[in-house]
Amino acid sequence: MRVLLAVMLFAAATAAIAIDDSEALADPVLQERYVRLANELRCLVCQNQSIADSTADLAADLRQQVREMLLNGATDREILDYMVDRYGDFVRYRPDFNPRTYALWIGPFLLLAVGLAIIAALLRRYTRMPVDGAPD
Amino acid sequence: MIRTLVPATLFAVLVVFFWTGLNLNPSEIPSPLIGKPAPSFDLPQLRNPGARLTERDLAGEISLLNVWATWCAGCRLEHDFLVQLSRTGEVSIYGLNYKDNRADAIAWLDGLGDPYRASAFDEEGRVSIDWGVYGAPETFLVDAGGVVRYKHIGPLDEEIWRTKLLPRIRLMRGDGG
Repeated sequence: MRVLLAVMLFAAATAAIAIDDSEALADPVLQERYVRLANELRCLVCQNQSIADSTADLAADLRQQVREMLLNGATDREILDYMVDRYGDFVRYRPDFNPRTYALWIGPFLLLAVGLAIIAALLRRYTRMPVDGAPD
Repeated sequence: MIRTLVPATLFAVLVVFFWTGLNLNPSEIPSPLIGKPAPSFDLPQLRNPGARLTERDLAGEISLLNVWATWCAGCRLEHDFLVQLSRTGEVSIYGLNYKDNRADAIAWLDGLGDPYRASAFDEEGRVSIDWGVYGAPETFLVDAGGVVRYKHIGPLDEEIWRTKLLPRIRLMRGDGG
């Protein structure tokens, strides 16, 4: 209970720090897309923040770029492609599935499979071992 | 046999993985522009606001496009080397002045020396976004055909010039060494 309360207080505290001080877009649909895109794009200067979270100058410029493209009727796809063309796959927190990112997307599952295979092999060997004292 | 081979192989893979991974500099993000035509731009020149500098001015010979600003500490670090490099005439250097103040930038060049054929004045940083700039100083190597061939992030110095830029330039000129 106390832990839950602490978690909730911390969550509330982060939400209160608004980095993006630009005025909300008039169209709520566009604003919603804007917030989503700004949270999808990595700030290149401070790499573990999205451009929505970052106070860096470049993040502000990129937010402005996203807003302008939205107002000009660009699709989400076009905006993400625009950023990837300039900054590379790294600018997206969830890059496309392409040859450059195969290892990124498949790697963890591959490692999991290897790990499971090792555990399975070990288990099989251990279960075949005679239990202490009992005749085989 | 397998009992030693499998863990040994896994260990070797991990060593290679971490060896390369930990040697990478996380602040150097590979540029998607390498091998592509230089992004087009058309900006006023820093010293001469009436004249323009475009990506076509860079073509025709091998050139460096150096992104700099007076507020950028790394740019001050590399400046003396750039001035020295420009005197050797090995390569023509163009500047992309990034989100700066025009008077400050001109005063900086007057005081410290001007290594640039010309500097484009990118006050709003729009063109710099097109070039994927995320932290000055950055230096692009552009070939005679106007294709971006290499990008160096961070201050330039003698060693980076000798080991990263010069070999590529020589290769492009076709004189190998």
